[in-house]
Amino acid sequence: MPKDGGIGSSTKRREDVRFLSGTGRYTDDINLHGQLYAHFVRSDVAHGKINGINADAAMAMPGVVRVFTAKDFEGVGGVPCGWQITSIDGSPMQEPKHPVLAEGKVRHVGDPIAVVVAESLGQARDAADALEIDIEMLPAVMDMKEAIKDGAPKVHDDLSSNLCYDWGFVEDNKDAVAKAIADADHVTTLELVNNRLVANPMEPRVAVGDYDMANDEHTLYTTSQNPHVIRLLMGAFVLGIPEHKLRVVAPDVGGGFGAKIFHYAEEAFCTFAAKQLRRPVKWTSSRSEAFMSDAHGRDHVTKIELAMDKDNNFTAIRTETYANMGAYLSTFAPSVPTWLHGTLMAGNYKTPLIYVNVKAVFTNTVPVDAYRGAGRPEATFQLERVIDKAARERGVSPIELRRQNFITEFPYATPVAVEYDTGDYHATMDRVLEMADHAGFEARAEQSKKNGKLRGFGIAHYIEACGIAPSNLVGQLGARAGLYESATVRVNATGSISVMTGSHSHGQGHETSFAQVVSEMIGIDATQVDIVHGDTSKTPMGMGTYGSRSIAVGGSAMVRATEKIIAKAKKIAAHLMEASEGDIELKDGQFTVAGTDKSVAWGDVTLAAYVPHNYPLEDIEPGLEETAFYDPANFTYPSGGYACEVEVDPDTGKVDVLSFSAADDFGNVINPMIVEGQVHGGVAQGFGQAMMENCAYDADGQLISASYMDYAMPRATDLPMFKVDHSCQTPCTHNPLGVKGCGEAGAIGSPPAFVNAVIDALHRGGHKVEHINMPLTPDRVWTAIQNS
Amino acid sequence: MNSIKLRVNGKEVTGQVEGRTLLVDFLRKDLRLTGTHVGCDTTQCGACVVHVNGEPVKACAMLAAEADGAEVATIEGQANADGSLSVVQQAFQDHHGLQCGFCTPGMVMAATALLKENPKPSEAEIREYLDGNICRCTGYHNIVKSIMAASGQDVPAMAAE
Repeated sequence: MPKDGGIGSSTKRREDVRFLSGTGRYTDDINLHGQLYAHFVRSDVAHGKINGINADAAMAMPGVVRVFTAKDFEGVGGVPCGWQITSIDGSPMQEPKHPVLAEGKVRHVGDPIAVVVAESLGQARDAADALEIDIEMLPAVMDMKEAIKDGAPKVHDDLSSNLCYDWGFVEDNKDAVAKAIADADHVTTLELVNNRLVANPMEPRVAVGDYDMANDEHTLYTTSQNPHVIRLLMGAFVLGIPEHKLRVVAPDVGGGFGAKIFHYAEEAFCTFAAKQLRRPVKWTSSRSEAFMSDAHGRDHVTKIELAMDKDNNFTAIRTETYANMGAYLSTFAPSVPTWLHGTLMAGNYKTPLIYVNVKAVFTNTVPVDAYRGAGRPEATFQLERVIDKAARERGVSPIELRRQNFITEFPYATPVAVEYDTGDYHATMDRVLEMADHAGFEARAEQSKKNGKLRGFGIAHYIEACGIAPSNLVGQLGARAGLYESATVRVNATGSISVMTGSHSHGQGHETSFAQVVSEMIGIDATQVDIVHGDTSKTPMGMGTYGSRSIAVGGSAMVRATEKIIAKAKKIAAHLMEASEGDIELKDGQFTVAGTDKSVAWGDVTLAAYVPHNYPLEDIEPGLEETAFYDPANFTYPSGGYACEVEVDPDTGKVDVLSFSAADDFGNVINPMIVEGQVHGGVAQGFGQAMMENCAYDADGQLISASYMDYAMPRATDLPMFKVDHSCQTPCTHNPLGVKGCGEAGAIGSPPAFVNAVIDALHRGGHKVEHINMPLTPDRVWTAIQNS
Repeated sequence: MNSIKLRVNGKEVTGQVEGRTLLVDFLRKDLRLTGTHVGCDTTQCGACVVHVNGEPVKACAMLAAEADGAEVATIEGQANADGSLSVVQQAFQDHHGLQCGFCTPGMVMAATALLKENPKPSEAEIREYLDGNICRCTGYHNIVKSIMAASGQDVPAMAAE
């Protein structure tokens, strides 16, 4: 049994007390003395030429301080992209400028054209209505395949086409894959769409810029998953502010799911304007604004081919994907369809030859970037859907077809450049089938049939690459940053500890789980350990939280720093007890000398470190504070089996999800309660993608799902209780905690399970439907039944 | 401008508000009660639920001027007199009914109102009642459990699931 508050215990979250009592401090809760309000005036057309902006009437409105347009940003950099992809022909991706405010052209609905800054938000909005903006509409580029044809209108006039890059992976395997497919006994082909989604953290984005003239220091309060990344990108590339003059604070953040990784124009604007106006400037996104300015997710169109030999062993996979970049390159956009997607195309299966082609395309839509899972859900969806189709074509069980091709020996080097360290896919498959009572399914299906319903069972098995990422590797792959993590462990004289982590918590409960780790290592009560995050002036340079990396990378940095603390504390303890350092043991907060009854308490040692009267000053410095930067040796590879049972009403196409089971292998687990909550949330978002959510544009580029009236967010009535289990554990071999990360799994593994279940139900009802594009709304399911 | 006088969490407050000022903005900006949140602009998400004269109300769908003379309760006033969490608040912590915390004040206020009108709701009744409150983090699983537990009904221990 884990001890209360220690590693492995479901310790209640300490941060909950402030969230439950209304005393959390989110960015919009921050109001600075004399602050002004910014209102962004955004394009209501998808593509157009800006002929002129007349702000005279707006400037004359009450309370208006200034109206900003692109000409105020001459000499200021564009919003940068943090990743470069190289095309098959060796050329770098096409990388357009992304100005803070639109220059000459607008390129998507929501593209910011001007900003009105006023004494109150109401005044800023009123004045925005008085702004005269002359825009000449241009044809919108919406369909990716049309966009890259000769003669298509260009999103960026200075680029040669709308093709950002054409990426082949692994290019050396291309011919061998083609031959294997040509020679195969059977090839299953599936064309599918991975629908565009909006992350929709419940807290809209907010930015508050402040400028301290006396010290020439800038502060930005922002809703970010990674304040240091924002400081780096905005300071170095947009505004030219050196790091020591720029502080970025991301306080309590109300969910991220990827959308709050990226550096956005509004952050640069508020920081810039605060200096210009010598007053704090605040911007709070409305939800409608969030739909047209937060980076979107997914939006892939893919053809996948799976080749098999006569015994149904997988012999090759080939995919061709069109990936929508939107109108500009968001921070990590180019990496999502490539290194976060192509490298996962092996899934859990020993397919010897794989070739992935990705064409990234500019369109007149909101930029697309990482959303929970980022590339890995797209890979998993293709693979797990095509396997189900293949099983049907070959007349075998989809479960057995998966099992037959499972990777069983580790480490396993895939043909797509990654090496899985551990896993036990049969174990998670066994577990999920047991949880879902697969054995009893046929009887339940019979019962549904009697009720005029079609019951289906869907299975999916996923792998993901988390713990992002080894810096030297991602550098070779085009990243313009390192992906280590940092931690400073500051032990105070009385023995209490502040841990400054580069990770950021926006719902994941780090303040609790990280404290569990440090307190257990030392053997003190978890309440003696505080976790500090989200402020570049307090924490060491860190890369933040995304890609399920916090415990695997940030936690490892914290362990390394704590190990340094313990090593130094043992030296001090040895001096105090006049013993040899090698004989000192630390247990339950007491230092003892092996084989003796001598001991000193943790607090005695920490006090000695700061009051070094009896202290080995000739050997070590006073004080007890250590920093570690941890750069992972490999990705981590969580995996799992997900099962879903649905009932379809064939008369209406309505799908009811009756049960959902998830058996995940996350390696070691620090706080099971938090881990289960992460899976619940991920599965709910996967459900949203599979069954309800769709970010829809019309042919002219109008965003027609820009509010909660039109974009279907899953609600409590839409979802069942979930069965989740993480008892299958193959610990990660290369980080000190043996952890793999759990944040994205649910969103990665669940969409194909939902869709496989519906397709299974339809087949059981005699409807030969091979695929329905997500979301599986009643309309789409009913139409598929009618057309079958 | 309109002069308003109302009671918020048991204390009398006064204010000068524009006709268009929403109750949620009066609470957040004038009274600095920032526990009530704004998650949308179409009265869909429920992050701003407060109680007005004992009834749950979306504070983004009511003008501040309309609250003149009303008794308003917000998340800041939910704790017990000794500062300890209310039964509903404590159940949310015990059952991990929140993650990022942004929808939480609205969820707690909605749940408190539900239990007042229906002290032992079924799972289906809880889900139905929460239809006007969106959570993006939890998948609602643990929110439903928290409310079941707050109503004194048995819920399985986390580890047993």
